[in-house]
Amino acid sequence: MRTALFWIFSIAAVASALGVVGSLRSPINSALSLVVSMLALAGLYVLLEAQFVGLIQVMVYAGAIVVLFLFVIMLLNLRGSGAAGAESQPIAKAIGALVAVAATLWLARTLAAGRAPWPDVEEGFGTTRAIGEALYTDYVLSVQVAGVLLLAGIVAAVVLAKKKID
Amino acid sequence: MATSTVWVSIFLFALVLLAFAPIMTWVERKQSALMQDRIGANRASILGFKALGLIHPLADVIKMITKEDTIPTGAHRFLHFVSPFIAVAPAIISFAVIPYGGTYEMWGAHVPLVVADLDYGVLFVFAIGSIATYGSMLAGWAGNNNFGMLGSIRVSAQMISYEVALGITVVGLFMIFGTLRLTDLGVMQQETFRLFGFLEHFGWVEAGTKWIEWITIPMWGIVLQPLPFFMFLTALMAENKRAPFDTPEGESEIVAGYFIEYSGMKFGLYMMGEWIEVVVIAALLTAMFLGGWSLPWVNEANMIASWTPVLGENMANLAAMVLAVHVFLFKVIVLIWFQMLIRWSMPRFRYDQVMNLGWKILLPLSLANIVITALGILIVQGVTS
Repeated sequence: MRTALFWIFSIAAVASALGVVGSLRSPINSALSLVVSMLALAGLYVLLEAQFVGLIQVMVYAGAIVVLFLFVIMLLNLRGSGAAGAESQPIAKAIGALVAVAATLWLARTLAAGRAPWPDVEEGFGTTRAIGEALYTDYVLSVQVAGVLLLAGIVAAVVLAKKKID
Repeated sequence: MATSTVWVSIFLFALVLLAFAPIMTWVERKQSALMQDRIGANRASILGFKALGLIHPLADVIKMITKEDTIPTGAHRFLHFVSPFIAVAPAIISFAVIPYGGTYEMWGAHVPLVVADLDYGVLFVFAIGSIATYGSMLAGWAGNNNFGMLGSIRVSAQMISYEVALGITVVGLFMIFGTLRLTDLGVMQQETFRLFGFLEHFGWVEAGTKWIEWITIPMWGIVLQPLPFFMFLTALMAENKRAPFDTPEGESEIVAGYFIEYSGMKFGLYMMGEWIEVVVIAALLTAMFLGGWSLPWVNEANMIASWTPVLGENMANLAAMVLAVHVFLFKVIVLIWFQMLIRWSMPRFRYDQVMNLGWKILLPLSLANIVITALGILIVQGVTS
């Protein structure tokens, strides 16, 4: 059951990731492929007993960030033009393809070296309580720094938006 | 044993839920008619039998199923087909985590009245609900219609805005109860606290005074967090896109907004999605703020224990289960009525009013609520320890 689900989610994730870069015809299709990819990744997180991370993945990435992408695409009404100038950059394309092939080969080699079995986790792993305790004890400094960073981002966004209005 | 009872609850739930949607059309018509001094739906009949207009939902369904299903020229056929399903499925799925009763032991079976008792229950509802945005957003775009596009843009902006406030309003509640699991919330809300217990604590009144022991308040979410109850309701209603938050479908400006190009049962699915969401909102609020399936001042475990000598263990559990489901349904129906009341007494908000309410009122208030709740918890802990 688990292995079957793993394959379903993995194939969906990879196929939709290819769809993101492959559908030059319509940016909407790219964004939707991204959503499917995010959802498949969330499924993989849940399979790895990290339910909280999986849910946040759905809520934040699939449910909010890609919605914003779509919002911008719709607002600018990008239809059919594709990524501007993507066809006229053969060197960039070649480098991208090379990196992708190298990464795939490296990944395949790692996977072939030894297939880890499904992990056994202790009781309570990946629950809201466990994540909360980890965040507010072991990683409290990182959480605070991230919070300040986000606040700075929000303030910066307000400042930039204000300038345009005035 | 556990799996078999889960299937029973899934089946019952699907049945009740899908029956709710057509009945809601009747409730909506009759209530709006009452509020506007009209008679309301009363024409559809079978052999002259009108049943207070209850035949109308049946007539609606037959009409919608037999209507021509049009696909406009230049539409994105796949997205146009799939959007109504994306819009309606999350509403149904989010019911999976809502408990409509506790867990009962009878005739050797272990019957939990919830489909999936998840550790992160409320978050699951939020996550699934955030997917519903796509159903509305893609609908307007896929139809190749400018009014639809405007509706899509409005709906996505509105839903993202209110998702932020939605999550933050209920943080205070989770801080008090220390859990996201909806069944735990239901059990915890059966507790009571003494309203004037602090008088005794500070020694202002003698310990064991009768009236202090008598005046108790159930620990319902709405008692502990009264303002967030209404903020949460507001945010949920905005997510549901019904009046007064229906700018995305504002018919006087953009005809029907995002679902303008839908006809027949696909249009019906959008309507159904909205009505099911009304029920989901009522059920979620009941489970989180109104004590779930329990009566106020009644601890369910004690109740079953006191019934056991009279009825026997199995019958006591069964009676408690039947009572729980009815109490839950009653609260849900009251909240549905309340939502209908709001929907038919308020005019549509202007778009900037909707945005201001979300970002400038709900969000700051809910952030302030977190700070105040944290202070309250610290004070209570400091006093009682």
